[in-house]
Amino acid sequence: MTTIAEQGEHRYVLNMGPQHPSTHGVLRVILEMEGEYVMDPQPVLGYGHRMHEKMAESRPWPNFLPNAARMDYLSALIYNHGYVGVVERLAGIEATPRAEYIRVITSELNRLQSHLLWLGVLVLDLGAFTPIMYTFEDREKILDILEDVTGSRLTYCYMRVGGVVRDIDDKFVEGTREFIKWQRSRMPMYDKLVTGNIIFRKRIEQIGEFSPDLARRYGLTGPVLRGTGIPYDIRRAEPYSVYPEFDFEIPTETTGDCMAAYLVRVREIEQSLRILEQALDKLPDGPAMAKVPKKLKLPAGDACYAVESPRGELVYHLTGDGSDTPYRMKIRVPSFSNLSLLPELCRGMLLSDLCACMGSLDLVIPEIDR
Amino acid sequence: MKDYFALIFSGGKSLIVGMMITLREAFRPVVTVQYPREKLPISPNFRGHTILIRDNEKPEKHRCISCKMCERECPSNCIELAGEKREGVKGMVLITYRLDFTKCSLCGTCVEVCPTAALDFSKVYQHVGFAREDFHYDLLAMVEEEEK
Repeated sequence: MTTIAEQGEHRYVLNMGPQHPSTHGVLRVILEMEGEYVMDPQPVLGYGHRMHEKMAESRPWPNFLPNAARMDYLSALIYNHGYVGVVERLAGIEATPRAEYIRVITSELNRLQSHLLWLGVLVLDLGAFTPIMYTFEDREKILDILEDVTGSRLTYCYMRVGGVVRDIDDKFVEGTREFIKWQRSRMPMYDKLVTGNIIFRKRIEQIGEFSPDLARRYGLTGPVLRGTGIPYDIRRAEPYSVYPEFDFEIPTETTGDCMAAYLVRVREIEQSLRILEQALDKLPDGPAMAKVPKKLKLPAGDACYAVESPRGELVYHLTGDGSDTPYRMKIRVPSFSNLSLLPELCRGMLLSDLCACMGSLDLVIPEIDR
Repeated sequence: MKDYFALIFSGGKSLIVGMMITLREAFRPVVTVQYPREKLPISPNFRGHTILIRDNEKPEKHRCISCKMCERECPSNCIELAGEKREGVKGMVLITYRLDFTKCSLCGTCVEVCPTAALDFSKVYQHVGFAREDFHYDLLAMVEEEEK
């Protein structure tokens, strides 16, 4: 990298963040600019580092349960799911069938909630204020449903090894069915209001295009990868929980720009609703919690468990050594890989397009820093 | 040139479509709640900070036996309790139960491990204070105050 002095006096450095509204957290990006054009964006991480992996290694495994939700506050239940999944796999415990269904239902509600927030916030970043009000109205319904069963609204600590804390009741099932109907009726409105808007299209079409090859090299996952035409989704590629029992599509687009990532996510909302519908229909009876030894020790060995978070592939890798404290815990988060593309993706781009680009990557910074 | 006007036309059209949607929304029932003046009902399953609950059979007493299970299992080390042996009373008597709510992550482990089901979640969601110590709750004082 050449310094600014060598490149002439037209270049200057602009510091975006750590307190910038469109970085959605404490992300700092050092931008080397030439006029309005970004020549070299360099993300600086670590402002929200809380040593989650180290915390997992320094205390008994049940004490990490509330931490999982704090990494990605927008998909806390899916992070819960991944953590209990990896412990179950290592210790050889099986959750009850009903618990698995409840996990899938709550995870999908969580995914919907995350996508709805992203939809509103992306459009807000691009200067349209109205859609976020509508998406938050929908999102609030999900939060009410989840609050009733989990007890909290954002950082859930709902899943336990062997099952879930509280069984769902008829009120939850009714509420979710009502919500599915409601959300279906809202989607044509978003189509007209957001997707059909010419200003919005001009802002994100053909912006931040990248090839499937580049996406593979950077280890991109999630809707950003599916936007380039690769139908890679953990729920299909490496099915976990009871996902193989459901009939749903993996939406893909081929252009690989911000619009593709946008369209993939919007179509994913419909697929999540389909999964929810099927899961509610098939919901088996039985206990929501399996019999688990009271003092569970992690056997020596290691296990891996991958789940599909709204942002991509989330992998927990846990190594046990026979005690109740994990020997090593490694978490592979999707946003970290997705962000690493930024310098290559945004070189030579207008500053305002960089905001659109970062919005379409759907970054959650605490998850990157963790 | 033709493209230019086509763009203006389609831009104007999408503007009108958007305006129609916002106009329709304007006549729908209001969903905003004017928070401090009106409040939504809280779900009965809401999890606020923990409280000691009183025994159903002996309403003058809480059920805590000072076994310190919650203190040991708490991931955040935010519970501090002590019990003492008293003349003529079976078992331990709780003398302090402090919850440092600034550290609590509301995971519910203490409620789950409690052998006598002495703990429950409160429905308090508005916590205001000027000092850190304002959130060091004395659960024993709370349950005793409730009795009066």
